[in-house]
Amino acid sequence: MENRRRLGLIVLLAGLVLLSGVANLAFGAVPIPTREVIAALLGRGGSTQTAIVLYARLPRLCGCLLAGAALACAGVIIQGVLNNPLAAPNIIGVNSGAGLATALCCALAPGAVRLTPIAAFFGALAGVLLVLFIAERAGAARITLVLAGVAMSSIFSAGIDAVVTFFPDALSGYTDFRVGGVKNLSMARLAPAFWVIVIALLIALSLSNELDLLLLGRETAQSLGLPAKWLRLALLMLAAALAGAAVSFAGLLGFVGLLVPHIMRRMVGEDSFPLLLSSALGGGLLLTVCDLASRLIFTPFELPLGIVLSLTGGPFFIWLLLKQRRGGGGT
Amino acid sequence: MIELKNLHAGYPGRPVLNGIDLEFRPGEVLAILGPNGCGKSTLLRSVNGLLPKAGGDVLVDGVPLERLSAKDIAKKIAYLPQSRSTPSITAGRMVLHGRFPYLSYPRRYSQKDHEIVKRALERVGAEDLAQRPLSELSGGQRQKVYLAMALAQDTRTILMDEPTTYLDVSCQLEVMALACRLAEEGRAVVMVLHDLPLALRCAHRMVLLSGGRIYQAGTPEELYKGDVLTQVMGVCLGRVETEDGWRYFYR
Repeated sequence: MENRRRLGLIVLLAGLVLLSGVANLAFGAVPIPTREVIAALLGRGGSTQTAIVLYARLPRLCGCLLAGAALACAGVIIQGVLNNPLAAPNIIGVNSGAGLATALCCALAPGAVRLTPIAAFFGALAGVLLVLFIAERAGAARITLVLAGVAMSSIFSAGIDAVVTFFPDALSGYTDFRVGGVKNLSMARLAPAFWVIVIALLIALSLSNELDLLLLGRETAQSLGLPAKWLRLALLMLAAALAGAAVSFAGLLGFVGLLVPHIMRRMVGEDSFPLLLSSALGGGLLLTVCDLASRLIFTPFELPLGIVLSLTGGPFFIWLLLKQRRGGGGT
Repeated sequence: MIELKNLHAGYPGRPVLNGIDLEFRPGEVLAILGPNGCGKSTLLRSVNGLLPKAGGDVLVDGVPLERLSAKDIAKKIAYLPQSRSTPSITAGRMVLHGRFPYLSYPRRYSQKDHEIVKRALERVGAEDLAQRPLSELSGGQRQKVYLAMALAQDTRTILMDEPTTYLDVSCQLEVMALACRLAEEGRAVVMVLHDLPLALRCAHRMVLLSGGRIYQAGTPEELYKGDVLTQVMGVCLGRVETEDGWRYFYR
């Protein structure tokens, strides 16, 4: 019964992703009829509209789906491993770690586009390992972890600012990077991140039983034969790969990693397999819808995606804190 | 059977257990008692391999613990720790994870696993809880689900760290009755208990720890008569005989 409900929900999410995807390709400064969109996707068009769909909107849509899925799943993994529902890649310094590494990579090796996901991965990994280190040292007290993450985020952000100060040309469109968005993407630029995200998602799904076990607490997990220490490390590396790959092309998008896992947890529960699957779809859906809104609200002007996302994510986060307090669940 | 020989264990810079010799015998409920900080939980953790021992031996069916893999240990010893998370997964799913040590390629739980889980839930009287989220259950119901998970793990030895704490009296008695039934089936059940009257009433054998050593081990009768509980725990106990055995109480 429960499984059927979850399956229905996942099918519904997939349908919504498809719908919002088509809408994302069709609407914008220049509205394009759905017929033309489909023709362009099938390689049958030859007009300007086809070019807009294939070279401007399709990479954007793919960017939204990839970044949304990657950041949401990174959130699910980090929250599960640290047993802390408030941990998310943007809160505990994983995104800003990846951002710093991306900025450094752009400054020191401009033009090496293929290197940025790798640099972002190592930046995110540094963030994740610092979190793990602090969690081990401080006994993983929930509030300590979040506070330490905020401090680390601030350190990494200062690093990004320093890079931009010394290499003003390094991050062309630095504001865009900082706010986060999917403008000016090309399929070639997305390709390395695409492979990293797809492979990391498949591995994460295959480790869903292990992630479930970690939710039962470290001692219970170990007593069931799980090498908890190594697995925490491996899962956090996966989260780093996901968040790093997303940040490498979409910049510092906040809230997806916090917002989506929380909504999905309420809808499908904490079983990792359906949670990861629905979060991947939900993350993609959220970014696709926000991207569409960012283009439509002030047409023909465009708001950066990160701003629309934060304006929806911020109030939700506050509501979440108030609700948890009322419900007796503390931080 | 599990044998501890001159077991030393503890934490960096803080030895806790100093030379424990003990056997966990099949068919027996063994209660481990002692004041706070005497090493009861440390003993269970080091037997289970969660805490590396500092010296001595833990033999599982004659094989040193360090020669067994984590999954092999999990097939022989189930462990219910003192503090447990309550994720919002269903009770049935939780019990299913007791089958994790037996999980092999393609890494999906089989029909047989699901049948074992169903039987385990029936054994603890929690079959109606299978579809309920763990976070919605009462303390007593959760304890039953955890016990079912340990049963699904299908081990010859079950270690429980304070399984009756925070439970109301009827749930405590239910947990103890289940422990006795598991022992009757030939399992070794080892429990850390703080409730002396409950331990005296239900356990087959008792071990009293003090300062990381065994102060005395024996039957409830021997410990009660020897007055060691007063010496170590600082409490006076009395008892009355009823139709189904002795009932103990604090004076």
